[in-house]
Amino acid sequence: MSAKTPSKLEKIMAAGHLGVTSECGPPRGSDPDTIREKAELLRGYVDAVNVTDNQTSVVRTSSLATCIHLKLMGIEPVLQMVTRDRNRIALQSDILGAASFDIFNLLCLSGDHQSFGDNPQGQNVHDLDSMQLVWTARKMRDEGKFLGGADIKRPPQMFVGAAANPFADPFEIRVPRLAKKIEAGAEFIQTQCIYNLDKFELWVKQAQDRGLTEKTYIMAGVTPFKSAGMAKYMKNRVPGMDVPDDVVKRMSDTPKEKQAEEGVNICIETIQRLKELDGVKGFHIMAIEWEEMVPDIVKRAGLYPRPEID
Amino acid sequence: MIVADKKPVEEIIEYVKDHSKILVLGCNECVTVCEAGGKKEVGILASTLRMYFANQGRDAAVDERTLERQCDHEYLEEIRDIADQYDAIVSIACGVGIQFTAEKYLSIPVYPGVNTCFLGVTEQRGLWTERCQACGNCILAYTGGICPVSRCAKRILNGPCGGSSKGTCEISKDLDCAWQLIIDRLKAIDRLDLYEKMFPIKDWSTDRAGGPRKVVREDVQI
Repeated sequence: MSAKTPSKLEKIMAAGHLGVTSECGPPRGSDPDTIREKAELLRGYVDAVNVTDNQTSVVRTSSLATCIHLKLMGIEPVLQMVTRDRNRIALQSDILGAASFDIFNLLCLSGDHQSFGDNPQGQNVHDLDSMQLVWTARKMRDEGKFLGGADIKRPPQMFVGAAANPFADPFEIRVPRLAKKIEAGAEFIQTQCIYNLDKFELWVKQAQDRGLTEKTYIMAGVTPFKSAGMAKYMKNRVPGMDVPDDVVKRMSDTPKEKQAEEGVNICIETIQRLKELDGVKGFHIMAIEWEEMVPDIVKRAGLYPRPEID
Repeated sequence: MIVADKKPVEEIIEYVKDHSKILVLGCNECVTVCEAGGKKEVGILASTLRMYFANQGRDAAVDERTLERQCDHEYLEEIRDIADQYDAIVSIACGVGIQFTAEKYLSIPVYPGVNTCFLGVTEQRGLWTERCQACGNCILAYTGGICPVSRCAKRILNGPCGGSSKGTCEISKDLDCAWQLIIDRLKAIDRLDLYEKMFPIKDWSTDRAGGPRKVVREDVQI
């Protein structure tokens, strides 16, 4: 696959390197320094930084505004957009707004249901679904057209991605669904956090058998546990998360003061094992409110220094 | 059918407390089946209101009537002769019937006695569940006869999302994942090939998005 956009992330993976991304959750307030401080922790250790879009349906500074802060700092953002809060007019408009700041990466998601957030009484929109948003972004880029058919002056130049959760049910359609996302135009895929490596490897193998790993860059999602409590919470409370019992046990059997360190060890072992898989083209390190751990994880996993690409 | 649920009686009392001649008006159709607005419920609500007024020492009359339907001129006309006797009507038909009654009897306040909930089925007595959102552009042919618009919490046309777990939706373990049902059904009718194709962007102009809707059938108009 050769790069089609100015995205650094795309160029790095197109050159055959493993891509590395992390994420920066916007603040529950308008202080730009908190954004800059978080992003600064990641500078140089990742190729691009995902900016979440009102994750878990809790109101935060907008993803687009936060991406602009990152861009102005010289850090490459991945704009996350959910279809929960905006209709096709607003989605296209925000894609153009991002393009006007030369934001080159877009991740299309449906978003958590609003009942999880701080406005459970609100409406949701879902005019498009995530797959249709991927298709829309590709149409805007490749054909230079709006959904309404009119030409776009200076179309967006975005590397367009989607998420995949190999651990959600029913498992048998997880690969067909990936195929549909690729068909819609997803050029990279960031996966749900991986703790069940056997199941993930089976999913990658099935994707490979359908030739899908040659059509999209699969970036394996990892999240270090800070504590045994977090492992249990993710296992029991987070929808679509698969944390095997032995992983929870490993965290629980570790003395409290060593649990964070053990969580990072598990994360690094995961990356090291998955680096050997042909179908995996990069890693998405989601250190939730623990951005300061990312440099260490990247270094110890053998992903540092990051390649330089023009 | 249209499924409705009873409003809290305190709310209805708040509407009618200053009136003295009240008609509780039921409907013999959907709301009778879902036990929210039929003859039986008219009787119960009217008795409750009478008790309230008696306790307040108020001299108010509460009468009962149940029409065949409140969504047709013909049946609504049946109360034409008596409507003027009342200074309030509490309709416990669905929102359609309540509005049509209000349109027909312009000078009488008409209050809702139920909350109209959805288009659904009786799964068992006392359990009604949603099946249709009347989007005006039916896609059931492609989804195994199971509607993602009404039954997926995110109305995802290319599901299931990442929150589908053991057949249930991420928002509640008591809610089936519509896309799990769709896939099970496509398998049963040997049409999983339908799943492989991306469902295109939907035209929502036939949904409420396009404004209040009309069906005009000149072929049946008199």
